[in-house]
Amino acid sequence: MSTNDCYHCGDDCTATPLFFDEKTFCCNGCKTVYEIFSSNDLSYYYDLQSAAGSTPKAIEGKYDFLDTETIVERLTEFTDNQLQIVNLYIPNIHCSSCIWVLENLNKLNPGVSNSQVDFPKKMLRITYSTEKSSLKAVVLLLAHIGYEPYISLDDYDNKKKTIDRSLLYKLGIAGFAFGNVMFLSFPEYFDLSSNKTNGGDFWLNQYEGLFRWLMFSFSLPVVFYAGKDYFISAYKGLRSKLLNIDVPIALGILVLFVRSTLEIIFDWGPGFFDSLTGLVFFLLLGKFFQQKTYSFLSFERDYKSYFPIAVTKILPNGKEETTQIHTIKKGDRLLLRNEELIPVDGILITGNGKIDYSFVTGESEPVYKNSGDKIFAGGKQLHGAIEMEALKTVSQSYLTQLWSNAVFQEDKTSKFQTITDSIGKRFTIFVLSIAFTATAFWLFHDSSKALNVFTAVLIIACPCAIALASPFTLGNILRIFGRNKFYLKDTQTIEQLAQIDTAIFDKTGTITTAKKSTATYEGLELTEEEESLLKNTLRASNHPLSRSLYDLLSAQNIITLDEFEEHVGKGIIGASNNSKIKVGSASFVGRENQNEIENTAVHISSNAAYKGCFIFKNQYREGVSKLFEAMSQSIQLAILSGDNEGEKKRLEALLPKLTPLYFNQKPENKLQFIKSLQEQGKKVMMVGDGLNDAGALAQSNVGIAISENVTIFSPACDGILDATKFEELYSYILASKKAMKIIKWSFVLSLAYNAVGLYFAITGQLEPVIAAILMPLSSISIVAFTTIATNILGKKLK
Amino acid sequence: MSVIYILLAISILVAIVFFIAFIVSVKSGQYDDSYTPSVRMLFEDELVKKAPKETKESIQLNKSLNN
Repeated sequence: MSTNDCYHCGDDCTATPLFFDEKTFCCNGCKTVYEIFSSNDLSYYYDLQSAAGSTPKAIEGKYDFLDTETIVERLTEFTDNQLQIVNLYIPNIHCSSCIWVLENLNKLNPGVSNSQVDFPKKMLRITYSTEKSSLKAVVLLLAHIGYEPYISLDDYDNKKKTIDRSLLYKLGIAGFAFGNVMFLSFPEYFDLSSNKTNGGDFWLNQYEGLFRWLMFSFSLPVVFYAGKDYFISAYKGLRSKLLNIDVPIALGILVLFVRSTLEIIFDWGPGFFDSLTGLVFFLLLGKFFQQKTYSFLSFERDYKSYFPIAVTKILPNGKEETTQIHTIKKGDRLLLRNEELIPVDGILITGNGKIDYSFVTGESEPVYKNSGDKIFAGGKQLHGAIEMEALKTVSQSYLTQLWSNAVFQEDKTSKFQTITDSIGKRFTIFVLSIAFTATAFWLFHDSSKALNVFTAVLIIACPCAIALASPFTLGNILRIFGRNKFYLKDTQTIEQLAQIDTAIFDKTGTITTAKKSTATYEGLELTEEEESLLKNTLRASNHPLSRSLYDLLSAQNIITLDEFEEHVGKGIIGASNNSKIKVGSASFVGRENQNEIENTAVHISSNAAYKGCFIFKNQYREGVSKLFEAMSQSIQLAILSGDNEGEKKRLEALLPKLTPLYFNQKPENKLQFIKSLQEQGKKVMMVGDGLNDAGALAQSNVGIAISENVTIFSPACDGILDATKFEELYSYILASKKAMKIIKWSFVLSLAYNAVGLYFAITGQLEPVIAAILMPLSSISIVAFTTIATNILGKKLK
Repeated sequence: MSVIYILLAISILVAIVFFIAFIVSVKSGQYDDSYTPSVRMLFEDELVKKAPKETKESIQLNKSLNN
């Protein structure tokens, strides 16, 4: 770590580092956190991982709503007179230092009796005594040390999500029974031909019944509890006249169980309990493997996860009161502090509105509003406090109404037929016809064997390996994508991705970056002196545009300004050696006719004479051109932008020829556009970022959200792609296509096993031991094949 | 050979004990988070030496929270 990096957060300490305790800090916030840690014996934090911290943000007044008892009650998991337990989502948790310091919270606040981190979920579970502390105190403490919890309306509305652990139970039961049944089958394996009539070991014959009935009792919970999902799914499929893959599986399990039970009742043989339990165990293992979830990401977000729980209401008598946002009525006066979200559509009353609508529109540049202007829900106030009057209630606001569209209520998954199900249909018909033909044949030749053959065919043809191929391949691909920062909701999304033939991109925030880092200068040339003054004036300003402009200008000698003023929301003034420079908005520098409203510009005037302006351009992500070039060969592309046509020429130059570009698209337009494409039979992928794309993302076959920071905001979607991996998008699509090929090859492989098994079955010589060998062998070789193949595929992804 | 009854009974009993242990551990949430404990076990156990500092802590904390 270089000496110029902040000891706490690792950021570069720009111009003025702070020194404390022989360490450098980039800001007061970081220094304070260090002081808290070091004075409380928590400096081990920095030994675990250097520069692990993050800068705390200003939070003054933000958590006042936690004083309200009803809100606290809704948020806490458990409350009694002395004790409260709360689960908080902390997006900042990222390393082992975080775990350590958060689990040592009791050193910072003696009221905390226990705190436990769930790292994959980024959750912190805190137990504290209500006498010594309060939820507000705990949350403030966390915010002060740089671990601000994220509390949204979602936490308030959805109470108590129960964790579904039933698959683990089922897997445990099946595994337990499988092991024990295998073990109890050993006597039969070693003494295969023996039964009471033709000899064999005396003691085995003596206790054969005991072993068999024990196996039977072990198989009961496997069939009726662990395997019940297959019966339910098969029944549902049949009722809606669908032959899904669970039909032959359920049939196989049922026949295995019935035949084995009959065999031991009438003493025909030992039954197939080992194969039965093994089958269910392997199938559940596949399900478990497929169930990889990114628990720290949410793919189901709606506006509720963006909205705060409460805002400050100003009562007619001038008093402030914290109020739950569902209770906001038309005409209420609200106070919004710095960094707070506008909960409802309304009118700005007092204060300078500098509103960031990036959640809603994807546009990163804040909008300036004056008293009397209309402001919309979803925007975030960036500078100072404002007062507003509500015009609508929360549920009637423009943004929230988007969610009443039917798209958000539909379940996308039910409409899609997976590759396994489509194979399963043909497979079931095929197996049943073989079973009946073979039975018919044996009825004429040796009718005593007919039933035996019929059941044997159904047992051996049970598509265990086929059912495993897809979960293991796709589950593995899902993990590989996850490692490459492409997070998908479920394995089905990969199948959908492989079928994509049309891709629609949003512009702002999707193919452009949030940062504006290129600018061109238009106007009268600046003298050397002016340039030097400009650079030095910018140096003193913290506005994001000043910072990026500062970085763009060539280096100048540092001079001391005689005068410096910053006019919030307007611009800056700097003076030195009798010359004065004004930098800022057009009206601020004294330019009257504004015709370039389409662009973000910084205007400059020197000694009251207008000089010119720097126009900032959206910067396109690296590799956009290349990505589109590659994709256009097999996929139809289009751009749907909510922006105006200002960037049309640049886009046309950048993208492959004749790529359709659509501008001024409202969220509903985007949704309709996707819908009409789908009605033409296209499989559409939507790539977007903001809430304005939410409808289109939900409507599309695969909705992918591009995110600069995956743990923070992204609209409801099927997948989240880290912005740094944007140019790899096409290789992910190609990888999904290859994954489907791997699955098809595994089907071929498992059909080969089935053919061998069917030979034994049709000829009426299927011994339990053959089934017991074939079943796991085919399953394991399929798992091995898919794992190796997907890993080779994953190596190629970079 | 009737000793087989005892042997089987013992072996199944042992298996069932482990099975119950598994169910109990799943139920108590041990498998919900399979990552954090692997990090937690590597921390030094230094919570032990906190006793003498009790008074100073709260003062320090209040000071830093107020600025």
